Amino acid sequence: MNENDSTATELRLADHRFFRGLDPEFLARLGERSYTRTFDPGALIVREGDPADEFLALFAGKVALEIIVPDRPRTTVQTLGPGDVLGWSWLFPPHRWRVDARAVKPTRAVGLAAGHLRSLLDGRPADGYVFLLRLLPVIAQRLENTRVQLLDLHGR
Amino acid sequence: MGGESSFAGSSGPPPSVAPVPFEVRRTTSETPDTVTLELRPKGGAAATRFRPGQFNMLYAFGVGEAAISISGDPEEPGGYRHTVRVAGRVSQALAEATPGGVVGVRGPYGTPWPLEEAVDRDVVIVAGGLGLPPLRPLLYELLRQRPRFGRLELIYGARTPKDLVFYDEIQHWRTRNDLRFQTTVDTAGRDWYGDVGLVTARLPDARFEPSKTVAFLCGPEIMMKLTAEALLARGVPPTAIWLSMERNMKCAVGLCGHCQFGPAFVCRDGPVFRYSDVARYLAIREL
Repeated sequence: MNENDSTATELRLADHRFFRGLDPEFLARLGERSYTRTFDPGALIVREGDPADEFLALFAGKVALEIIVPDRPRTTVQTLGPGDVLGWSWLFPPHRWRVDARAVKPTRAVGLAAGHLRSLLDGRPADGYVFLLRLLPVIAQRLENTRVQLLDLHGR
Repeated sequence: MGGESSFAGSSGPPPSVAPVPFEVRRTTSETPDTVTLELRPKGGAAATRFRPGQFNMLYAFGVGEAAISISGDPEEPGGYRHTVRVAGRVSQALAEATPGGVVGVRGPYGTPWPLEEAVDRDVVIVAGGLGLPPLRPLLYELLRQRPRFGRLELIYGARTPKDLVFYDEIQHWRTRNDLRFQTTVDTAGRDWYGDVGLVTARLPDARFEPSKTVAFLCGPEIMMKLTAEALLARGVPPTAIWLSMERNMKCAVGLCGHCQFGPAFVCRDGPVFRYSDVARYLAIREL
C-alpha cells in the first residue's frame, strides 16, 4: 500500500463517480485519511471474515467478488471496475467482510480508513445522509442484480 | 409504428404452412446443450431470402415443430443457419440431427430488425443467453455496411463462460476496432478473466450518444425490460429501443393465437417490436 498526500487523493476522489458533486469541504475531510492502493492480478484485496477497515473506490482495473463454498470451486459472483466502490461491510457491525475480493487485472483504488469515515458520517449527519444516498443505490442495485441472477434466466 | 400501438398485421392470405425438406449439411456444437445447424434445401432449390431477426419453423419429423430464429448471414447463399438449445422434445430432436439428415422448414416469418433506423446513429446491441443468435444476422449486416452507422456496442451475457455461443467468432469480434464488445456471465470460476454480473452492469461502460442511439435487445424478457429501463435512464428514447419477443409460436402465420401478446401476435406482428409499442404489455403480469 502506498500513501499519497491528501490533496492529491482529494482531487482523485472528486473525479470518481461515487464522490463527484459532494460538498468540497466534506470531500476534503474524506481525503484526510485516504491513500492509494495498487493490486497485482491475483492479489487478495479483502478476505471474508477479516475486519472491514476501509472503503475502496476503484479507479482502474478489475476486481472479482468471490464466494467460498465448501467442496465447490471458488465462484465469482460479480466483478467491479473503474467507478465502482468496494463494499459496505465497514459501515455496519460487525464490520467484517462478507466476501473475498481479488484483483483480476492490475488495479488501482483509493482507500478511506473506515474508522475515520464512520466518525465523519456520525459527526456530519447532513453530509452523512448524502453519502448514504450515494451508497444505498449501490446496495439496492446489487441486490436487484442478485435477484435476477438467482432466477438463472439463461438456464433452461 | 409509433404513438398508439400499431402493429402491422397481415392483409394478404397466409403463406403456405407446408414444411419444405431441408438437408442438414453441418452441425456445430456451441455449448453442451446448444447446436448450430446448417440447412440447405433438398433437391437444389433456393431457400427464400431472410432478413435479420426473422425465424423459421423447424419440423423434426415425427416429433414436432418449433420456431427457431435464423442465426446465419443473410448474404450467405443457399440456406439457413439455426442455433438450437435443447429445451424440450422438438429441440432435442433438432439438436440431435446429423449431417445428411432432413428437417422440415417453413418460413422465413416475422418482422426483421429495422436496420435503416440505425443509419447515422450509434448502435447498442444487448444479448442475453440464446438472444445472441437472432442478433447475429443483424451484426453481420451492420459490419458489412459499417460506415453507415455510428459507434457500435455489443454487450453479451450468458450463464457461465461455457454457455457462451459462437465462441470463436466472439474472439474475432474482439479484435475489431470498429466494434466494442463486452461479455459478462452470471457466475464464473477463477479461470474467467472477463466480467461477472448482469448485462445492465456493463451499460455504464458502453460509449454512445443516448439521443442518437438505436438499441436492439434480445434475451430473457426480464433482461430486456431491465436493459430497456437502463437505456431510458441513460436518455435513449423509447421509440429507439427494439426488442425481440419470445412466445409460444405454433402456426407462425397469425391464425392459432398461441403467441398472442396484447393486441399482437408475436409470430405475425413480431418477433421484433418497438419498445414504446409493447412497454405497457410488458408490465401486465398475465401476459
